This record gives sequence, C-alpha cells and structure tokens, in this order.
Amino acid sequence: MNHNLESEAIHIFREVVSQFNKPVLLFSGGKDSITLVRLAQKAFYPARIPFPLMHIDTGHNFPETIEFRDRLVKELGLKLIVKNVQDSIDEGKVKEENGKYSSRNSLQTTTLLDAIEEFKFDACIGGARRDEEKARAKERIFSVRDDFGQWDEKNQRPELFDMLNGKIDLGQNVRIFPISNWTELDVWSYIEKEGIEIPSIYFAHQREIFIRDGLIWSHSPFVYKEDNEKVEIKTVRFRTVGDMTCTAAVASHAKTIAEVVQEIQQSSISERGARIDDKRSEAAMEKRKQVGYF
Amino acid sequence: MNALKIATAGSVDDGKSTLIGRLLYDTQSLTDDKLEAIKKSSEQRGYDYLDFSFATDGLVAEREQGITIDVAHIYFSTQEKSYIIADTPGHVEYTRNMVTGASTSQVSIILIDARKGVIEQTYRHFFINNLLRVEHVIVAINKMDLVDFSQTTFDQIKNDFQELTAKSDYSPQQISYIPVSALNGDNVVNASSKTPWYKGETILEKLENIDTTSIKEEAQVRFPVQTVIRPKSNDFHDFRGYAGKVYGNSLKVNDEITVLPSFQQSTIKRIHFFEDELEEASAGSSVVITLNDEVNISRGDMLVKSTEVPQIEKELNATICWMDNKNLTEGTKYILQHNNNTVQSKITSIDYLIPTDFGAHKETENAGALKLNEIGQVKLRLNKAIYFDAYKKNRANGAFILIDTQTNTTAGVGFLN
Repeated sequence: MNHNLESEAIHIFREVVSQFNKPVLLFSGGKDSITLVRLAQKAFYPARIPFPLMHIDTGHNFPETIEFRDRLVKELGLKLIVKNVQDSIDEGKVKEENGKYSSRNSLQTTTLLDAIEEFKFDACIGGARRDEEKARAKERIFSVRDDFGQWDEKNQRPELFDMLNGKIDLGQNVRIFPISNWTELDVWSYIEKEGIEIPSIYFAHQREIFIRDGLIWSHSPFVYKEDNEKVEIKTVRFRTVGDMTCTAAVASHAKTIAEVVQEIQQSSISERGARIDDKRSEAAMEKRKQVGYF
Repeated sequence: MNALKIATAGSVDDGKSTLIGRLLYDTQSLTDDKLEAIKKSSEQRGYDYLDFSFATDGLVAEREQGITIDVAHIYFSTQEKSYIIADTPGHVEYTRNMVTGASTSQVSIILIDARKGVIEQTYRHFFINNLLRVEHVIVAINKMDLVDFSQTTFDQIKNDFQELTAKSDYSPQQISYIPVSALNGDNVVNASSKTPWYKGETILEKLENIDTTSIKEEAQVRFPVQTVIRPKSNDFHDFRGYAGKVYGNSLKVNDEITVLPSFQQSTIKRIHFFEDELEEASAGSSVVITLNDEVNISRGDMLVKSTEVPQIEKELNATICWMDNKNLTEGTKYILQHNNNTVQSKITSIDYLIPTDFGAHKETENAGALKLNEIGQVKLRLNKAIYFDAYKKNRANGAFILIDTQTNTTAGVGFLN
C-alpha cells in the first residue's frame, strides 16, 4: 500500500469541507465508498465526519449491501440520506427498461441530480478511480458539473501540484474523487491493512446463478432471465458491487481478504470486466458521465 | 512503497501512446479483457496491428481522431514499484497539459522521432521539465527501426540534445538517452538485440532503478493550515488541532514554530494521525497538529519553524505559464491561490515573453499580453501578503495558480522567483 495515496486522499477531504458549503459522500455500500468513509474518519478525527452519506438506491441492491450500510451508519453515528430510483419511476421522470439486459443503473442519474437540487449539495464525493475505466482515466479530482449535471470532458480545469480549485457558480456542483489515483489492488491492500469490514458478498459464497455472454449473473426476481438460461448453484464472489442487474460475479474460493488480494494479483481480467453496465458500448461510461453519472 | 509519477512529452505521432501501451503490454499489465477491447477497436478501424493508443485514449473524440486531447492517468506496477503515468497530449495545448502533468511528476519521458531528430517542440518539452525542476528526464529516441537502428543517428540526436542541456541552470537534473522502437518493443522493457552498440538500461530498467526514497525534499518545512479541528465532544472538549499536509521537510514535537501571517510563537505539543500520536511528521504526510499556546489560527495561515521564516511579500515577481484562451493582460485582476490560501491579485506588468528554446528573451515584444501556452515574466500586486519561497528552493511553496473571477477556471500557473 502506498502511503502517499492515503495522505493525498485526506488532503482532498479537508479541502472539500473548507471550500464547499454542503458536501455529501455518495455511498453505494461497495468497497470503494467504504474506503472513503475510513479516509474521511481519518481526515477529521477526533471530530466526526462533517457531512452526510447519500445512497441512490435502485431497489435492486444485494440485501447484504443494504444491511451492511445500515450497520456502518449506526456504528459510526453518521447521517444517511436514501433516495430511491423507484420514486423517480413513480413520478414519471424516468422510464423503466424492460427485457433481457434491463437495468436501473443509468436511471440513478436522474434521482441523483434531483437529490443534489433538493438538498442544494455543492460537492458530491465519490469513490471512482482512474484505473477503473478509460473515461474515468481522464477525470479530475475536482470535476465541475454544470446545472444539468453534465461533464464537459474536453474543457476541464488543469490541476497543478496539490492546489485544488473548487470555485463554482450558483447551481453548479463539483464531483470529488479522493481515491482517483488508487488502483483496485491499492484499495484491497488498504482494506487488509486497516482491517476494514466489508459486505459478505465480496467473499466466496454459494449462490444461484446463470451464465449469459460468458458472465455469471445472479438469479433474482430483479434480473430478467430467459427460459432457456439454466439456473445452477456455484461458489462465487463479487469483485465490484453495483446493483444486481449490472454486476456479474466471479468464480472464486477466496474467503479472506488476504485470499482476495492474492486472487486479484493473479487475475487476468480487470475489475470492470465484470460490469455489465460498461459493456453496452465502447463509450458507455463516457456517455453516462456526460449526462451526470458519477 | 511509494508510486513513481511519470509525465510523458512528445509531438503528435512520436509514438507516445504506443510507448505506454508497450510498457503495459510487456509488463503484463494489460488484462485479457482490456487487450480484447484494444483488439476489437483496432480491427473495427481496419488495422492489421494492435493500436495500443486505444489503451490510453479514453474519449470518443480521441479515438475518432486518433489523437490525445486530455491528460490520461495510467497505472501499472512491477515487483519493484508502482507507477502512475500522466499521458499528456503533444499537440496545440501541449504547454498547458505538460505543465499540469509535470507538476506532480518525478520523472519525465521525452520522445523524439529518430527520423526527425531534435525539433522545435523538443526544446519546449525540455524547457518545461527544466522550469518545473523535474528531477529525472529520460530522452527516448523512438522509431529506431525506421533508421536501421543506426548508432550514428542516435549519437547525433544525443549530441543535439546535449546542446540544450548545456544551457540549463538546473545541474542536479539527471538525463539519460535510450534508443527504442515502441512499436516492436526494443529497449522498452526488454533489451534489444538490434542495438548491440547500446550498453545502457531499457526504459523500464531505468525506471526501476530510480530510488523513490532518494527523491525527498530537502527544503525548509512548511505547514499550510487547511482547516481547524474542534470536536467539541465530551472526550475532546478543549481539543483544537490544525489539519494540513507537511511540505518540504519534517516537523517534530517540541519544534518552535511561528504562525504566519500573525507572527505568534508557540511550540508543537502533539502530532496526531487518526488514533495515533507521532513524534515526527515527514514531508508529504497529512496530520493534525496541536500547540502548547492558545493562538488564533485559521485556514490559509502557515506554520513554519521559527528559524526558517519564508519571504512575506505583497509585490511578486513570477514566471507565469498561461493556460486560458482569454489573454493575460496588464491591469486585470485574478484570484491568486497559493497552497490553500487565496488572495486578490492585479497584474501590474508583463515584462517579457520567455522563449521556450533557451534563447534570449524578447523584451515586451508582445506588449503587455500573454496568450494561451505562452510563458512570461510577470509582476503582480496582492491585497494581502503571501508567505512563499522561490520555486527553485522549495517546489511546494513556490508555485501559485491564477483563477479567473468570471469563469472560475484555473487560468494560469506561476513560479515565484
């Protein structure tokens, strides 16, 4: 684990609370946002984390993730805001996808943008990393969004040395990525070193699954399955956790963090190789980011 | 283990992205699915080879036009260490992007096309590395396969480049020259059999041998306060800590310190890092400091050792690299951010443009304006003094950014003289 990365992230957190009026930490219950919570604790200790967490819940999350989220919030005495994609659907703001590859992943954007407006958040802290995906490799640490939540990828502010410029106009907001420079392995090594607890689905367990396009899909009422797609029970774990409709499992027997770290070191597939949402097209992530995805 | 940060520089078509792709490929850093995506993209465009630039050019517009538009960050690691590469575009906005990439890098790789040799852009690339005090420069003389791996060509280019380095005023800078073919992988990760006359290291060997622990700053310590930690909880009722990152050197418990700009004196009581207490905080660490006296300190203030007070001025002389489409002109006002301290500034004069080929500067040839990607010598006046060091003495405390008051964009970067 790289010691500089931890100091860099803590420095970024402290700039956020100093430069913005109303920051929020976007919390998904995945390992990256859990890591952010630990870093935020370190940045402000012995004071409490001076901003709430917000979860944009698609309603299709793994129950293990939701249980974990609620327990963490309670233990650390944090404030949690939950906004539901279902509400955006009921209000007629977004239309649910149907059929084989349907997912609420991209619908989250509308719910997120509405919540930013409702609570007047001017800074949304997220756990996206540059090594995850090629469009994210272009992302700034302080990434300015206009009042439509859009990312102007060709016109980004230069970031020099440690100096972060968070100046914005009313209505704009900034997405902030404190672990921009961390790799997947950095995150896991940090979780191991710090003894951070993570949801059980990151470790090998038995699950009802079916195979589609060479990926392992969870069998669940939320996930559309064709009749000829055969359900079987396999020992799997999740390497990345979105909701059930956009995250594929990997075959694994890794039961401890040390085993997970070892598995990742030897893996010949990247982390987002198990993200169904990235596979829609070559530019799936860039397109989502342009309209306000984080 | 610390990551080594590398910036790349080269003109369009010098093969920068290919070199990075080759580094990733030959170190087995490209996973199967990423390799598959590169294969697919290459095939879609009718190429009969793997175009590694698809590994780094992440935006649709970049892939369409086959050029790099914006800095991309690429990560790979070996048994020895981990690396972060800032892949900076070689075309129009090169200065802006190169300065950005180089500002956080310890190593710079400058690419030269062996068929073209040292060209005007090479001067600029080296000049910027020189201005920013990047400690290690690797000159990769690329496309050696297209000049029959000729030693004469290599030596000629090396000689030409050394004429540049002779003009440098930064003697500790370490410069090495490596003949490579990024396309075929010669001397990138593996030594080439086609250059028996070259006995030096490959690019990766060079990187692996750079001692990251030796790249530590030996300047005076500076502690800009980011925020004040006041928990007001039962356990920490009277706790008042100053949070920030340590720059330049280390701070120890009991050090006598001076608070700027108030000049109040105190000593360091404790250094906190989360639940631990430290005896010493080294350069680069983010900590919380408590003092033995009750002093009034807020964001933007700076703690320094009492024997090492920096310059405190309202009138500044700086070398500015301009990054905005709107010209910098005399008389205009900008927000100046130095570390995390922001003040108002007014450009009092633009004295001259600095040519990036180490030639003689052109006195006020441009009559009071600095255009995008130009570098110039500028005087500024501030509404409040800042506490700084010359950039050459202390990288971390010698630079600032200028923020446009209307667009809020980061319009330029300055290096204090």
